[in-house]
Amino acid sequence: MADKKGFLPILFNGLITENPTFTLMLGMCPTLAITTAGMNGVGMGLATTVVLVCSNLFVSLLRNVIPEKVRIPSFIVVIASFVTIVEMLMKAYLPDLYSALGMYISLIVVNCIIFARAEAFAFKNPPVAALADGIGMGLGFTAAITILSCIRELFGSGTIFGAQVMPASFQPMGIMLNVPGGFVTLGLLLALVNGIKAAAARRSAARKEELA
Amino acid sequence: MNTYLAIIVGSLLVNNFVMNKFLGICPFLGVSKKFDTALGMGMAVTFVMTLASLIAWVVEHFVLVPLDLMYMRTIAFILVIAVLVQMVEMAIKKLSQSLYQALGVYLPLITTNCAVLGVAILNSDTVYNLAESTLNGCFAALGFTLALVLFACIRERLALAPMPKWMDGFPGALITAGLMAVAFAGFGGLI
Repeated sequence: MADKKGFLPILFNGLITENPTFTLMLGMCPTLAITTAGMNGVGMGLATTVVLVCSNLFVSLLRNVIPEKVRIPSFIVVIASFVTIVEMLMKAYLPDLYSALGMYISLIVVNCIIFARAEAFAFKNPPVAALADGIGMGLGFTAAITILSCIRELFGSGTIFGAQVMPASFQPMGIMLNVPGGFVTLGLLLALVNGIKAAAARRSAARKEELA
Repeated sequence: MNTYLAIIVGSLLVNNFVMNKFLGICPFLGVSKKFDTALGMGMAVTFVMTLASLIAWVVEHFVLVPLDLMYMRTIAFILVIAVLVQMVEMAIKKLSQSLYQALGVYLPLITTNCAVLGVAILNSDTVYNLAESTLNGCFAALGFTLALVLFACIRERLALAPMPKWMDGFPGALITAGLMAVAFAGFGGLI
């Protein structure tokens, strides 16, 4: 049972084992759309994390009050409220990031990760576990899109977080910052993750055989 | 007249939601394994997106702007969409049982399709009038359907191809989508 697990295992589960981007394939739109520079990845990831943690906490606190039948509209209202708060705060304090992310900030409302965690986890678990799940899933998402943004920024502009990395003779590959680059980079990254997972599974199977 | 033509070509091909704006990627990857389901999903999305553009415009200009509540835009739009999807579901259930069975599973999913909320926000940001908003919603949705159906056809063939194990499934699909996006980038200079 998930609710018997401690804080850390749930957090770890979201961060690595069930990473929302690489395992669950959720929240693909922002993953592909804004990952053209490292800072965008971090900003989007943290904004999503804040919304995810708050909505998980509130859905979990309200889980005995919300009737089963209207749970979806209730989740939407909770999530949309937090997204509006984040949007206003970002507009006031981080205007550069706000204009870089554009309409995708409002679209955090329909990020499937937040919805899926509210439905699959927060609605069935106590607040502390829901909080851990929110932090874990949020940071897992942030890590995944930051890696993706850094790869695209490195090849697309020759920089990482704005600092020049590639030698001056490097010709930036514009396609990496465009739509095709996003799809292909994520595809190759997923293939790599699948490969590592398969290798790890083979090794643990071999170890079990040795022991037996 | 020219504006309308520009909107039609623009949202259908040049600024295709999936291939250019990264909107609606979840259903694009999720329900593109078979041609029939892809077409069904496309039809349902087209219906909802056209209506959502229309109603979101009305809500914005007759409720949000007069009451000075523009900061509530996201919440208002998503509620409009959720209610609309619910009503469409009930209406289809009453009117046509066969259509309901064909679309049934996909209808609730449309609420969390970012293309629907995306088009409402986009219309509001670009300050389109009512006719332009509705037209943009309709043709953006048809563009989504076009990309989805084409992708489903490719994936049906891809399922039979011998793929390396680590590329099977999503990685292969994503790279296919990337190549499709290259093709769609060719529409770039059209308008």
